[in-house]
Amino acid sequence: MAAPETVEKHTMAVLVDNEPGVLARVIGLFSGRGYNIESLTVAETDPKNKLSRITIVTSGTPMIIEQIKAQLNRIVPVHGVHDLTEEGPFVERELALIKVTGGAESRAETLRLADIFHARVVDTTPESYVFEMTGSTEKLDAFINLMEPLGVVDISRTGVAAISRGADKF
Amino acid sequence: MAVQPATHELSGAEMVIRALVDQGVDVVFGYPGGAVLPIYDALFKQNRLRHILVRHEQGAVHAAEGYARSSGKVGVVLVTSGPGATNAVTGLTDALMDSVPIVCLTGQVPTHLIGNDAFQEADTTGITRPCTKHNYLVKDVNDLARVIHEAFMIARTGRPGPVVVDLPKDMLFATGLYLPPETAPTRKSYRPQIKPPATRITGAAQLIMAAKKPLFYGGGGLINSGPRACALFSELVRLTGFPVTLTLMGLGAYPASDKQYLGLVGMHGTFESNNAMHDCDLMINIGARFDDRVTGKVAAFAPHSRKIHVDIDPSSINKNVGVDLAIVGDCAEVLAALIAELKAQVYKADPARIAPWWRQIETWRKRDCLRYVKSDTIIKPQYAIERLYALTRDRDVFITTEVGQHQMWAAQLFKFDKPFHWMTSGGLGTMGYGLPAAMGVQLAHPDALVVDIAGEASILMNIQEMSTVCQYRLPVKVFILNNQYMGMVRQWQELLHGGRYSESYTAALPDFVKLAEAFGAVGLRAEKPGEVDRIINEMIAVDRPVIVDVQVDPKENCFPMIPSGAAHNEMLLGPEDKQTSGPVSEEGMVLV
Repeated sequence: MAAPETVEKHTMAVLVDNEPGVLARVIGLFSGRGYNIESLTVAETDPKNKLSRITIVTSGTPMIIEQIKAQLNRIVPVHGVHDLTEEGPFVERELALIKVTGGAESRAETLRLADIFHARVVDTTPESYVFEMTGSTEKLDAFINLMEPLGVVDISRTGVAAISRGADKF
Repeated sequence: MAVQPATHELSGAEMVIRALVDQGVDVVFGYPGGAVLPIYDALFKQNRLRHILVRHEQGAVHAAEGYARSSGKVGVVLVTSGPGATNAVTGLTDALMDSVPIVCLTGQVPTHLIGNDAFQEADTTGITRPCTKHNYLVKDVNDLARVIHEAFMIARTGRPGPVVVDLPKDMLFATGLYLPPETAPTRKSYRPQIKPPATRITGAAQLIMAAKKPLFYGGGGLINSGPRACALFSELVRLTGFPVTLTLMGLGAYPASDKQYLGLVGMHGTFESNNAMHDCDLMINIGARFDDRVTGKVAAFAPHSRKIHVDIDPSSINKNVGVDLAIVGDCAEVLAALIAELKAQVYKADPARIAPWWRQIETWRKRDCLRYVKSDTIIKPQYAIERLYALTRDRDVFITTEVGQHQMWAAQLFKFDKPFHWMTSGGLGTMGYGLPAAMGVQLAHPDALVVDIAGEASILMNIQEMSTVCQYRLPVKVFILNNQYMGMVRQWQELLHGGRYSESYTAALPDFVKLAEAFGAVGLRAEKPGEVDRIINEMIAVDRPVIVDVQVDPKENCFPMIPSGAAHNEMLLGPEDKQTSGPVSEEGMVLV
């Protein structure tokens, strides 16, 4: 039963005990076993039970993806691993802060593009804007690419947060 | 120390002792140092725990491994901070690879100094994270007892493994309430799957009933699961009449002297085992993990077979080899369910269905792949092991090994009819494992004959433990097959690197007889085949630690051998095969 060698991208939600070292365990697993991390976000989501949710975007062959899930489940403080890509439709969002500088001639164009992408201005000076933008990774990439020639000087991105569609948990 | 009531406030150090006693520990392997002095002080005041003072912390972990693997209990290690903990890392990695239950308590600098590069400070939880099943840093004395109980539970349940508990020195002085094991809360996120799903059992039974060329492939999971799993495994093998092979870690799970047993599988496995694995139509893997030493070239591994894989660790499934039917669960539970299912189906072994398969296996067996050219003038290493087996087989004998050619010859030629009598470093391949492991075995089985089959290179890696063995009058026997080379390195250099023996010869070896005497042990030497029996008998008769220096043929190679990158049906059977087969492929060269 040879697994096909196609590389797939998967978004996973990992529920963990919020305790010291838990993120190091997850990251160490990926680096130690040579798995790929495209994006990783973590924050406490259930303060009452001291649980954090880690959202990981990774890629690999189906056999590797299965391994990643099994290995994650083996970590003692991991409560559960949900492969959102496999379990059904889900929503994923990322937030970016983008700083753009430029002369008077490009300021109008900068604002016009931001408007098209529904990016919000969160800081402005005579020389610069900081835009806040939320959306899929692809949408953020497209906006940044368009802004690049207009003078992008710095970018901060949160990485992907994801949740399943519908009433089910995860 | 009298055991005090649980409501009484205890110091952290007293809690450690109390928790170990409550976990049923009787022996601790350790080495003191600044950060663990409070625990040593508490040890001094009690008589429930026996402390064995090793000579190096690596030895402590291997000793605990030998103790654990031969007794089925958790092995316990106590070391200090910094170098104490880093010295233990090789042993912990070894225990992780071979799934040995160990709890290792490490000292740590006081919490207010953590991160300050204090004297003998190391980031122990950081360093040991990838080489433990789980680890802890205790930062509140009221967590201490719970953490130690949890560490034992995690070490011994599911797929067993090593657990580190890092104890800052101030936690050992602080006082708090002690929680006994039964009142300590359990961990919600940790739920090993023990019971197999029923549908998978039915599926496996159907495959078994239809197979024409089946093979059981048993591994270390059977040993870890315990005597019940090994007994049920033997029952299932006999019920079906199928052939059975075992991995290095599984030796003893099925009696080696039984006719259904084909011998060791893998790189240095028997011709019949490896060919059966290559040609089978149904492989039933119970508690083995398709290690690369077993599979050889994965693309050519058992190409015509359907595969059933039973493992307690879901991450072992489809890791190296894709399987058709995976059953996650404890070996004993799966085997019991499978036997019950087969009996419910009124299954009877059908010798006619598998008779052609057995005829084929017998032709492979006739190759007598473990034969070697005997000599009257020089001791062949295989001969030394055969004689050791012959002269000790009527006793309760436990064998440990170091790593290399001697280990493979021991695995091929020493016949284990019972589980828990064979201790070896399989996954990590740690030279220096055997002597400290033998020490641990002897402590668990004081009256048994414990022999470390060693090489002269490996034994020097933890030779300092001879001092421990002598201190505690443990009558461990070190049986060195001395060929003056790192034999397996020399063999690979001969076969793969044009006979350029780069750094594999040990000049200036010690005189092992005098070395034994210097430690206070007995030294014996055999130089001619005629001396071997007398020396072995003398070794057994002496009720003290012994080092035997058996001077063997330095040029002997270990066969059969699957060259790296080759398939199971491309084995080298002996020196005469070397010339006929082509050079090892470049792809194979890069493999270890």
